[in-house]
Amino acid sequence: MRIVLPLLLALPLFGAALSLILHGRLRLQRTVGVVVLTANLMAAILLLVRVSGSGPAVVNVGGWPAPIGITLVADLFAALMLVVAAIMVLGVLVYAIGSPVTQDQKMFFHPMFLVLATGVSGSFLAGDLFNLFVAFEVMLSASYVLLTLGGKAQQVRSGMTYVVISLLASTLFITAVALVYAATGTVNLADLAVRIPQLPAGVRTALGLLFLVVFGIKAAIFPLFFWLPDSYPTSPTPVTAIFAGLLTKVGVYAIIRSQTLLFPSDGPSTLLLSIAGATMLVGVLGAIAQDEIKRILSFHIVSQIGYMILGLGFFTVAGIAGAIFYILHHIVVKTTLFLVDGLIESVTGTGALHRLGGLVHHLPLVAAFFMLPALSLAGLPPFSGFVAKLALVQEGMALQRYVVVGVSLLVSLLTLFSMTKIWAGAFWGAPDEEPASDLPPQIQSRISRSALWSTGALVVVSLAIALTAGEVYELSSRAAAWMIDPAHYIDLVLSE
Amino acid sequence: MNLLLVTVIGGLYAIGTYLLLQRSLTRIILGLAVMGHGANLLLLAAGGPAGRPPIVGTGTAESFADPLPQALALTAIVITFGVTSLLLALAYRSWRLRHDDEVEDDVEDRRIARAGAGDE
Repeated sequence: MRIVLPLLLALPLFGAALSLILHGRLRLQRTVGVVVLTANLMAAILLLVRVSGSGPAVVNVGGWPAPIGITLVADLFAALMLVVAAIMVLGVLVYAIGSPVTQDQKMFFHPMFLVLATGVSGSFLAGDLFNLFVAFEVMLSASYVLLTLGGKAQQVRSGMTYVVISLLASTLFITAVALVYAATGTVNLADLAVRIPQLPAGVRTALGLLFLVVFGIKAAIFPLFFWLPDSYPTSPTPVTAIFAGLLTKVGVYAIIRSQTLLFPSDGPSTLLLSIAGATMLVGVLGAIAQDEIKRILSFHIVSQIGYMILGLGFFTVAGIAGAIFYILHHIVVKTTLFLVDGLIESVTGTGALHRLGGLVHHLPLVAAFFMLPALSLAGLPPFSGFVAKLALVQEGMALQRYVVVGVSLLVSLLTLFSMTKIWAGAFWGAPDEEPASDLPPQIQSRISRSALWSTGALVVVSLAIALTAGEVYELSSRAAAWMIDPAHYIDLVLSE
Repeated sequence: MNLLLVTVIGGLYAIGTYLLLQRSLTRIILGLAVMGHGANLLLLAAGGPAGRPPIVGTGTAESFADPLPQALALTAIVITFGVTSLLLALAYRSWRLRHDDEVEDDVEDRRIARAGAGDE
């Protein structure tokens, strides 16, 4: 059973190496990617079943005991994230293979995509700060290459911003690790959870804030989000979709992990709640000003990150459970929306709303694929977004944090407005209206079947989250209950 | 920890930050490299006082230098090296495309800012 943990890292990394050797033989590369990621998904599901059944798992790589060796830890939160991430990378890879306008044929797409998957798994499983850093770097290095694949002027410009910001965050991360090591003499998370509470309050606050900034840049929280809407929209659809779904959420995962384990707070944290409110509001206001679908959706990522931080800021089991549920829902829905935008762009050649219109007549299925996740994103019942937001709002009311709850409801309304804008701009209108008439007559043929159905499959996954909301929420609550008391984690790792 | 090392670390961070705030790409990259050196030295300083030998033979734990921060610094150096090479390649590509070393504003941002100004 415990072999599964290292396997989740080894499988995609081995696949990446194989894919690199098979360079130039596209068909084999595609097979390797799909096979490896399918195996990865199965391993993740197996892990989730075992972890939810018989408790969290720990592996000390190489047999060195906990504070010294490299530790991989899979608790329920990590296992849930691993499963959703595995579904997403597989879905997006299938989409990329089928989609004619993507960069799937470019030299390093397949190896880099698998390296990205390795980095994401590694970040979820890391049991010490330095491994988290290395996993982040593996993920980010792959993302730099994917983002600038093709080297068009637009991509180079926005890729530059992204690389510079990420590299700065990484340098700050090393700084934070060095300071933590100087203060405590360890980088193992469980060991740190024991030693950090013994530090003077000032040092503790400074370290906590430094980590919040480091992970906040990756997670794109207010006021560190400005790079995201700038750099995501320029890359090819599958790349943007997987970035939008996973990369920022890895940052949120690191924030939740570090704040619950290393810097636990006694009650609701006003700092985190204010950040959450500002992130939600600024993100959605930015989205309303945009005209291009990818840019609108990119700003919505920022806005949605606020909800996740909101749940963490409450610092209760129900709050963190809401945040976990929100992350799971958001990863699926956001990736799907970007893939739908990719379908639209592959037909019309543009994502600009003022040039689109009447698509519902040409592409009824794509319209449906957009409609369902869009309503879910806005938080309308009976979709998964409604459950997630309800959980957070209820907890906010129970804690009497009315201002931030009010902001979150307002932002939901504005999100709905923004989704309606895309719907009205791209899908509605008469089929023979001026903007739509320059569409070629045989447009349906240009959407490949695998791209269409992988998008459809992800829509089904998001509906499945809504249908099984009770079970998923129950899992999230158990994960949150386990996380809110650091003693569980410490016992688990240090007693190995 | 000795004063010289602390001063050097502080200096490297200061220079790195200053260069990062410039508008030309070459300076930004140099700034990141300098700041990375500062971070690596900080890791080294986190390992305890200078002058202790590496682990050779046997003895008490205090008589040897702490190998962990040095291992961390090595890993960090390798990663920074790789990413900096990529950045240089990107900067070269950007120069080839535009014959300019400045960081450009986002096109869409400018369009929306213009549209906003037009409303008034």
